[in-house]
Amino acid sequence: MAVLNEEQSMLRDAAKSWVQEKSPVTAFRKMRDSGTPLGYDADAWNEQAEMGWAGVIIPEDFGGSNFGYLSLGLILEEMGRTLTASPLLASGLAAASALILGGNDAQKGEWLPKIADGSLVATLAVDEGAHHAPEKVATKAEKAGAGYKITGKKTFVLEGPAAGLFIVSARTSGGAGDKDGISLFLVKADDAGVTKQNLKLADSRGASNVEFNGAAGELLGEEGKGYPVLEKTLDRARAGVCAEMLGAAVQAFETTLDYLKVRVQFGQVIGSFQALQHRAAKMFTDLELARSAVEAALQAIDADSPDVPELVSLAKAKMGDTFHLVSNEMVQMHGGIGMTDAHDAGFYLKRARAAEATFGSQSYHRDRYARIQGY
Amino acid sequence: MIQQEFARAGAYNPIGGMGVMMFGPTLLEYGTEDQKMEHIPPICRGDLQWCQGFSEPGAGSDLASLQTRAEDKGDHYLINGQKIWTSGAQYADWCFCLVRTDTSKKHEGISFVLFTMRQPGVEVRPIKLIAGNSPFCETFLTDAKALKKDLVGPLNGGWTIAKRLLQHERSGLSGAGGGGGFGAAKPLPKLAKDYVGEDADGRLSDSDLRTRIIMNEIDGRAFQQTAVRAMQEAKGNSGPSAATSIMKNAGTRWMQDKAELTLEIMGHQGLGWEGDTFTAEELGAVRGWLGGKATTIYGGSQEVQNNIISKRILGLPDLTQNN
Repeated sequence: MAVLNEEQSMLRDAAKSWVQEKSPVTAFRKMRDSGTPLGYDADAWNEQAEMGWAGVIIPEDFGGSNFGYLSLGLILEEMGRTLTASPLLASGLAAASALILGGNDAQKGEWLPKIADGSLVATLAVDEGAHHAPEKVATKAEKAGAGYKITGKKTFVLEGPAAGLFIVSARTSGGAGDKDGISLFLVKADDAGVTKQNLKLADSRGASNVEFNGAAGELLGEEGKGYPVLEKTLDRARAGVCAEMLGAAVQAFETTLDYLKVRVQFGQVIGSFQALQHRAAKMFTDLELARSAVEAALQAIDADSPDVPELVSLAKAKMGDTFHLVSNEMVQMHGGIGMTDAHDAGFYLKRARAAEATFGSQSYHRDRYARIQGY
Repeated sequence: MIQQEFARAGAYNPIGGMGVMMFGPTLLEYGTEDQKMEHIPPICRGDLQWCQGFSEPGAGSDLASLQTRAEDKGDHYLINGQKIWTSGAQYADWCFCLVRTDTSKKHEGISFVLFTMRQPGVEVRPIKLIAGNSPFCETFLTDAKALKKDLVGPLNGGWTIAKRLLQHERSGLSGAGGGGGFGAAKPLPKLAKDYVGEDADGRLSDSDLRTRIIMNEIDGRAFQQTAVRAMQEAKGNSGPSAATSIMKNAGTRWMQDKAELTLEIMGHQGLGWEGDTFTAEELGAVRGWLGGKATTIYGGSQEVQNNIISKRILGLPDLTQNN
C-alpha cells in the first residue's frame, strides 16, 4: 500500500470503520431488494456527504477539503470492499473533476459547493453507443442567444436517476469521430428538453440513457476545445473506478480465501489442495500488481504528472483483468453455494463486469496504452 | 441429432431431462426386468419426470461422503437426510437417490434407491440462483419411504451405478451432442460486427477483442471435432468412456469463455438485468452468462474432472484422502 500521510491515514481509517459498520454487503443486498430506482441508499449517501467525502478533491474555496485523488481513492477502495453503491464516484469525483478542470469561477462557485455537501448529484453524459468512445460524439450543440441548445442521446450515464446536473459532450463543429469540435456543457436535469430512461442493470446500480431535445446548455470551458478537458476528466474517473474495483477484488479474494480454509471435502479443508493453493497464490500476485498500478495512477493525478493517461490505462487494464479473474474464481471456488443468490459471490461477479465496462474496457485501455507508447 | 436440430432451430428441446438422459440408460444396464418394465415405459412416454438425489450440503465434490441414511424396515427403507442441487425437484414425480446403508464404509456403504416424490416425507425448497432463476432445490427427507423392490443393484452396491450414471450426465453436460450452449445464439463474429464495427477490410475494429474471439472460435471448432472423433471411436465400444471427462471441461470452458465474450461484445448493453432498454437477446446473454457459471461446478466440478484425468488417464498418484 502507498505510504500515506496523516490526513490520508485518518481518512482511510474513518472510511474503513464506517463501511464495515454502516454499509456491509447486507446493506447493498437490502438496497437491491428494495428495488429503488436511485440505485443507492439515500441515507447512507447523506452520511458520506456529512463526513466530507463528496468534497475530497474539491478546493477549500468551494466547500471541499482538497485532499486529492489518492485520498478519495482510499475511500472508494473501502466502499468497494462491501460494494457500497453511491454517487460518490460519478458526482464527487467525475463531475467535480470536470468542473475543476474546465469551469470558470462562477460555474465552480455555483456547482462545486452543492456537489461537496452532497445536495446535488452531478454526472458525466459522454458515451453514445454500446462501448465507451468519448470522441464519437454525434450530439449537437447550437448557439441560441447567450447559451446553446443540446440535441442528442447519451447512454450508460452513471447515477442518471439521481442526477440533477449533467456534464454533456456535444459537437459544435467537426465530424462524428473528430476530437476537435467537441465542447462540454452543463445541462440541468429538470430542463424540459431532458428525458431520462433509467436502466435496470445486473449490478443493481443506478444508470440511465438520457435524451437531450433542444435542452439548454451552458458552455463549460472553451468552445470546440472540450476534448482535452474531457480526457483529463475521464482519466480521473477511470482511476476512481479502479480504486473501487481494487477494494471489491481484494474483498472477493479474502472471502474466498476464508472459505478455502473452512470448507471440508475428502476429509480435509479444500485449501490444502495444491491446485487451489496455486490459484489463490496467482490471484494474490495479480492483486499486488494491480494495487501498485492503481495507486501509481492516483498519485500521478495528484502530482499532475504528464504520464497520467498511460498510467491510468495501465491501471484500468490490469485492474480489470484482475477483478475479472478474482470474481470468476470466487464463484468457482465456492462451488454450488457461490451460485446462489443468498451468497455474495454473484454480487461481486456482476459488479466486476459493470466496472470493467465503465469508462473503457480492458481492450480499450490496452489499445490506448499502446497508442500512447507509439506502437 | 434431435438435440442438434432443436438447437439449430433455436427451439426449446422438450425431450431430455434426467429420466431420458441419465436414469433411463443406467436402469437399462443395472435394473431387474421388473424394474425396467415398471419405470422405463413412463420415461419413454414422457409421463414422469425424474430428479437426482445425489449431492448434499457436506457432500459435493466428495460425493461419496454423503450422510443421508436409509434404514431397513422390512418391506421398505426409511430415509432421513438432506439433498441439495436437486434439479427440477419441484416438478419431479420420482427421485433416484444415493443413500447410506452402511456407516462403517465410505463407497461400499452407499445404495441406489428409487422413491416417489409425492409422499409426506419429502419437502422441496427451490434455491434462487445468481441468474435469478431457481432450477435447483434443497430436498429434505424426513422418514421418506423407498420400497424394497425399488433398490437398484445390490445393497451397498450403489456407488458403481452412480459412477456410471455420472458418465451419462457428463456426456450430456459437455454439449457433446451439439445442443449445449448458453447466451447468444448468433455466432460471435457476426455479433461483434454488429456491436463493435469493422474496418475497411472487414476486420473487427477492436483487434484485441478480435484475437480473443478467434481463439474462442478455434477452441469451439476443435471441441466439435473432438466430439465427432469420440463418437466415431465409440462406435466400436459400448458407450461413454473416460474421455467424457475431457469433454466436460473442454466444452464448459469454451462455452463460458463465449458467454464472457458475448457480454464484452455487447458492452454497456451487455450489463442489463431487465427492462425495455435492452433487447431480449442482450438480457438472455447476461442471464445465460450467469447461469453458465454453474456448468464448471455441477456434474463433477472442473477440479474433480481434472482429478479424474490426472488419476485415471495420466496415471498420476492420488494424494487425497479419498477413502
